[in-house]
Amino acid sequence: MEKGKLKNIIECLLFFSDKPLGIDKLAEIIEIENCDEIREAVEDLKKEYELRNSGLQVLNIAQGYQFCTRSEFSNWVRKLYKSQTTFHLSPPALETLSIIAYKQPVTRAEIEKIRGVDTSYVLRTLLQKKLIRISGRKKLPGRPILYGTTQEFLRYFGLRDLSEIPSLEEIKPPVSG
Amino acid sequence: MDYKVKLEVFEGPLDLLLHLIKKNELDIFNIPIAEITSDYLNYIKLFRRLNLDFAGEFLVAASTLIHIKSRMLLPPTETVEEEEPEDPRAELAARLMEYQKFKEAADILREREAIQSTIYGRLPIIPGDEDYTIEATLFDLLDAFQRVVVQAEEEVREIIQEDIRIEDRIREVLSLLENRRFINFETIFSGQTTKRLLIVTFLALLELIRLRMVFARQARPFGAIRIYRTKQELVAQT
Repeated sequence: MEKGKLKNIIECLLFFSDKPLGIDKLAEIIEIENCDEIREAVEDLKKEYELRNSGLQVLNIAQGYQFCTRSEFSNWVRKLYKSQTTFHLSPPALETLSIIAYKQPVTRAEIEKIRGVDTSYVLRTLLQKKLIRISGRKKLPGRPILYGTTQEFLRYFGLRDLSEIPSLEEIKPPVSG
Repeated sequence: MDYKVKLEVFEGPLDLLLHLIKKNELDIFNIPIAEITSDYLNYIKLFRRLNLDFAGEFLVAASTLIHIKSRMLLPPTETVEEEEPEDPRAELAARLMEYQKFKEAADILREREAIQSTIYGRLPIIPGDEDYTIEATLFDLLDAFQRVVVQAEEEVREIIQEDIRIEDRIREVLSLLENRRFINFETIFSGQTTKRLLIVTFLALLELIRLRMVFARQARPFGAIRIYRTKQELVAQT
């Protein structure tokens, strides 16, 4: 397929989609076997929007691509969606999420051992917000539930994939010996 | 009046301990356990005095601290000569280090959240299948039916006497649902030219809902209605 046409098709699909579209999904719709060709076209499109100094950007998040507004124009977008209040996660929720992100699949007992406090309420909220999911059961007495992060987790934090968060070794504790 | 204030400042005992370590610029691997224990217990007393509702875990940690303190006071137990006696604080230090790392990781996530919350993607336009979760009430169905009748009235002119049986309509509605998970409410009535036919079809639908062979669902109150087929297994049971 001609390069320009392929890029335009991808532009349409990304414009219309309300969630990130993966390379494989794009390949399936456009019916092109060669994923490299698609990846190249999406990256071209992404660069084009950057160079154009547009209000929109093509973001590479949650293992896919999505059209999003630029951060600097958030005030105007927020005015349009007056009713939408931005919610932020509480410190316990963020703490629990970070433990799950690094240790997944992980049980509630394991999370609570690290945090030192009861975590059942936080887990319920995170499940409701679809930031975590039940990924299975551990082969232990009582078959405890295992938790893991979701695509929505990646999307919410603007991460391409889990490798984008720094490894635990990279994190420098502020006070240490 | 007896009221409790939920303690939000410190999420848990480890949080409080880290706060005390930072405040006093202590070394995590060489915590002066007697000092920190008395500091910690002072906080617990303060919580009590302020009538703060604190988690039981705070007391568990207090007893751990006291336990470590008492072990520090005892002479090290006789062990194999060359083996260095284990520091009773080692486990606590390791736990604090680990917890601290995750707190840092949480801060990284918080920064990302702040950035991401200013970036907007398109909102979903077409309600997905899973959005149809509200059970439509009889009144919703009546409203929807009335809209169908009003629309049909413009087309219906002739009154033809015909014999329609509700059983036949039930069978036809079910056949519409064959090989499909759902159909739109309006679809059931499309192509029906007489008021009588519309009414009998509506009654057939109500009967199917009563028999729990189909479900009427909406994505939002007063929204469009979809008719879902009950799973085959369920029908077989009833």
